[in-house]
Amino acid sequence: MAILNNRLTTEQYEQNFSDIHPPFETREAALVEANRCLFCYDAPCTKSCPTSINIPKFIKQITTDNLKGAAYTILDANIMGGGCSKVCPVEKLCEGACVYNLLDEPPIPIARLQRYSTEKAIAQKWPLFQRKPSVGKKVAVVGAGPAGLSCAHVLSREGVDVTIYEKESKGGGLMTYGIAAYKVTPQFCEDEVNFITSLGGITIKYDQELGRNLTLAELQAGYDAVYLGIGVGVARHLGIPGEDLEGVEDAIRFIYDIREKGYPAVPVGDKVAVIGLGMTAIDAATQAKRLGAKEVTIVYRRTQAEMPSTEVELNLAKLDGCNLIWLASPKEILGENGRVTQLICNVMELSVPDTSGRRTPVETGETITLDVDMVIKAAGQIPYEELVTNNQLTNWYGKLAINEHCETNIPGVFAGGDCVNGGKEVVDAVQAGKDGARAILKKMSERANE
Amino acid sequence: MADLSTNFLGIKSPNPYWLASAPPTDKKYNVLRAFEAGWGGVVWKTLGSQVKNVSSRYSAVDYNGTKVMGLNNIELISDRPLDINLREIAECVREFPDRAMVVSLMADNTREKWHELIAQVEDTGAHGLELNFGCPHGMTERGMGAAVGQDPEIAKMVVEWVMEKATIPVITKLTPNVHSVVPTGRASVEGGTNALSLINTIQSVTGVDLNTLVPNPYVAGKSVYGGYCGPAVKPIALKMLTTIAQDPVTSRVPISGIGGISTWKDAAEFMLLGATSVQVCTAVMKHGFRIIDDLCDGLNNWMDEKGFKTVYDFIGKSVPTITHWEDLDINYHIVANINQDKCIHCGLCYIACEDTSHQAINLTYGKPYNTYSIIENECVGCNLCKLVCPVDDCITMVEQRKGDEYLNWKEFQRRGLPLNDH
Repeated sequence: MAILNNRLTTEQYEQNFSDIHPPFETREAALVEANRCLFCYDAPCTKSCPTSINIPKFIKQITTDNLKGAAYTILDANIMGGGCSKVCPVEKLCEGACVYNLLDEPPIPIARLQRYSTEKAIAQKWPLFQRKPSVGKKVAVVGAGPAGLSCAHVLSREGVDVTIYEKESKGGGLMTYGIAAYKVTPQFCEDEVNFITSLGGITIKYDQELGRNLTLAELQAGYDAVYLGIGVGVARHLGIPGEDLEGVEDAIRFIYDIREKGYPAVPVGDKVAVIGLGMTAIDAATQAKRLGAKEVTIVYRRTQAEMPSTEVELNLAKLDGCNLIWLASPKEILGENGRVTQLICNVMELSVPDTSGRRTPVETGETITLDVDMVIKAAGQIPYEELVTNNQLTNWYGKLAINEHCETNIPGVFAGGDCVNGGKEVVDAVQAGKDGARAILKKMSERANE
Repeated sequence: MADLSTNFLGIKSPNPYWLASAPPTDKKYNVLRAFEAGWGGVVWKTLGSQVKNVSSRYSAVDYNGTKVMGLNNIELISDRPLDINLREIAECVREFPDRAMVVSLMADNTREKWHELIAQVEDTGAHGLELNFGCPHGMTERGMGAAVGQDPEIAKMVVEWVMEKATIPVITKLTPNVHSVVPTGRASVEGGTNALSLINTIQSVTGVDLNTLVPNPYVAGKSVYGGYCGPAVKPIALKMLTTIAQDPVTSRVPISGIGGISTWKDAAEFMLLGATSVQVCTAVMKHGFRIIDDLCDGLNNWMDEKGFKTVYDFIGKSVPTITHWEDLDINYHIVANINQDKCIHCGLCYIACEDTSHQAINLTYGKPYNTYSIIENECVGCNLCKLVCPVDDCITMVEQRKGDEYLNWKEFQRRGLPLNDH
């Protein structure tokens, strides 16, 4: 057993990482589906979208050949509506709420239609939005992820000059660095960021990290307001012996490397265990398999009823041939010569529900042993607790506390997205960015009226 | 198995389905294919003076992804030489003697020309003649087609010429491009026509190309008014048919129904409103002759279910049910009911009623699904909610009479009963 890179041919990589949600090839194909839409009133799909995209409206616009209007309807509500059409777990959001489900008919493929409506607009940078004249206000946004970009776009449309500070060398945040490559390509992520900034009034400064080469005090001094969209960090520690062995990987790092370095450069084991069963765990497991791992086993301490991933995502993993072990919690990682050889898990059983309403897994006393050479940790991500605490920002185990106006305990410093909620969907972060921008604008106008 | 055969003034056909006078019937090749497929008869594309057609000829109206809801054409009568048409008609009659062969005619406007044409056509062995008083384009400028059908006196005169000569049954085809089809219908009956058929196409402009800004169909930068047909015109045709079926003069002769018939259901409706045979064109131009299978099969099954042994058991059966508005029963009242088990919460009933009707549907907010219920006191029983509901039988209209007795508007007024107060 060994951890190796470059396991496949170029053709195999291309095939394994091709888009799993292919777009409509033709206008006619899109129209067949668009015309199925009932144009619901106060539509359940819209109500199930965190950014409240007026879905029946944009689908109606497709049917009238008003693609520009459709793109505006989507992007006005969600500036990352293009990316969301590829990465949203629509089965539990818009498409899950489509009334056709109640007729036991397939729901409208909203995500594909959304992609159809936005793809050209983004690739060709249609000037859908006009920026109001500058109002002479400046806002610093930390993090060029979905929350930060969304916040910046709303602010800039209102004439505010925005500077985004990003610790990586590319924008997009988790969209660019944290999602399986077969869902959204690096090229698309770059195009999406460029589309957002094509509005004007938004400058992104890369390789600028809060706490490293940037301080909150500087930003507060130099700007009328600061918005923190710093996301969450590395994968949660398992807190078990053997975690330092060679071959124990952080899922976020693993996914990041695939996107940043390219498929052949990323090493993967022969036998891989993935800990956890959220979206990130699925993305890590499927991509490990697609990089050429012979055997991938997902280990989850509860049952399918409690899993955070959707069934659609779980099926992706199953179709890729990943194994699943339910009710197994990592106990210890064993190794030889400093390298991972085995993962020992406690066999669990479900007990009484916890505060989240999910039944708590408890140890049965039995264990199982898996022969593995790689362990990928994907049991949630940890907020930047040290960073926010050092900046005197009120937080709860690292998650920033904000009031109903999206403002932290420090006046003029706003926050939203994963750094506040601990890690949700891209679409939730986009909405958080919109909310933050509106709160900042409101505060600015209140100050102006004082 | 019901008996679908019809006898239209002695013109027999194994089923009531004839192909209307149009491109599908302009030559032997098509007609033989139609007969092989099972069509009961054809009305051969109009013969008359020599014409020349243009390109393009058709344009259509699509609706919500469905192609050719309505079809528009600017094609004229047959542009093939008369002798070839006549020879082919004779050959078709010989090969399929059990099918109805009616020939559509539009002679130049003289008695002699009509007599000459009729004699030539009768020599083919055709079973009947149909007078084209309806073509709305091209021929009208020459004083033919709709120009005849729009003037009852001219129509009557031409019918009289025809009847002097014809020895086989004559059907006069009416144009819908008039305020009422009844005056020309009556004049034709008074002139001696053996039967009527309707409707011909309705003058139309199907649309304007938003790139070239020239309407359709496009002919070298220009367009002309065309004749509209297909499913879109069916309700208009049914109304005109009913007026002919109800008029004391025109109802004396059999009627061949035409206008957007695509399915056996459409055909049954035309027959219930007085048509003895029905003619089809647009549906075959879209799908080919093969649709005859279900046209016959569906009608047959429906007749069996209803206990109708022959088509004559139901032809005209619905005619008396269309009455005058002032004879309608004002005490009849229905209110909508939403079956909550079937409701899919699309809200279409709500927004239709709220924005455009009587605010008789209550919305109870839910995430993501709202609940909709009827406010019975506000519901006027208009049907709109039921019509827009995408689920069959989810919304039903429940009878809640305002009074036991039949009460019409005249009586209502005579008694001085109260009008609405809001």
